Amino acid sequence: MEKIYTKDQNKTKLVKAKPETIQFLLSYSKSLNITEVDGLQFESNLN
Amino acid sequence: MNLGLLFNPTSNVMVVQVEDSQLVKQYIQGDEKAIEALINRHNSRLTGFIYSKVGDRELTEDIFQDTFMKVIRTLKRGAYNEEGKFLPWVMRIAHNLIIDHFRKHNRMPMYNSKESYNIFSLLGDDKLNAEKQLIKEQIDSDLLRMIKELPEDQQEVLEMRIYKDMSFKEISDNTGVSINTALGRMRYALINLRKLVEANNIVLTN
Repeated sequence: MEKIYTKDQNKTKLVKAKPETIQFLLSYSKSLNITEVDGLQFESNLN
Repeated sequence: MNLGLLFNPTSNVMVVQVEDSQLVKQYIQGDEKAIEALINRHNSRLTGFIYSKVGDRELTEDIFQDTFMKVIRTLKRGAYNEEGKFLPWVMRIAHNLIIDHFRKHNRMPMYNSKESYNIFSLLGDDKLNAEKQLIKEQIDSDLLRMIKELPEDQQEVLEMRIYKDMSFKEISDNTGVSINTALGRMRYALINLRKLVEANNIVLTN
């Protein structure tokens, strides 16, 4: 029989995203600015 | 305001937890702390979900990040639909990004053109195509998830027989049970797996 499910999955499980990732997202959220002009939305990032 | 009471076992007290929908509202109104609370609340659940599909730590972090960037953009643009629940919506975004990833990487492989250009690197090979590969990955992860729901002893026999290709004699020697017990455990493992497949309505064919 053909062995289908033999992929090596020997890796430690990742439980949570890194604090750096979270920090990046929070900074991204703070810097993201949406401006609406005549029904059109513009995204800008203020660094 | 929608509030829920939660019991915190470490401090032995009831704590007030603001619901997701309330946090979403606060965030749309400009409260940056609300998105932090949402990310932290669903961090492990979403990470686990992505990791179960991709099986790679770095990739999981990337998709997690892209998912929340999309969430943030959608909320800030006021395009979030209040009807659904927050977490399923986020999971759906993550799921789509996972599919995008597999699509991109299976259909558009990178080729390094160095000094000699080799046409054979571009010719077809015997690997599964993108769709079949994606289905296979999904079957792998679905199956793995269901195997983890089996009782320990059944899990052990199934792993040795299928993944390690051991004979029942070897399994019996390694686990210290009789061959008949090992056979019985394998049988129950398969029966239980079939039940799980049915209960979860999963199709395990390529």
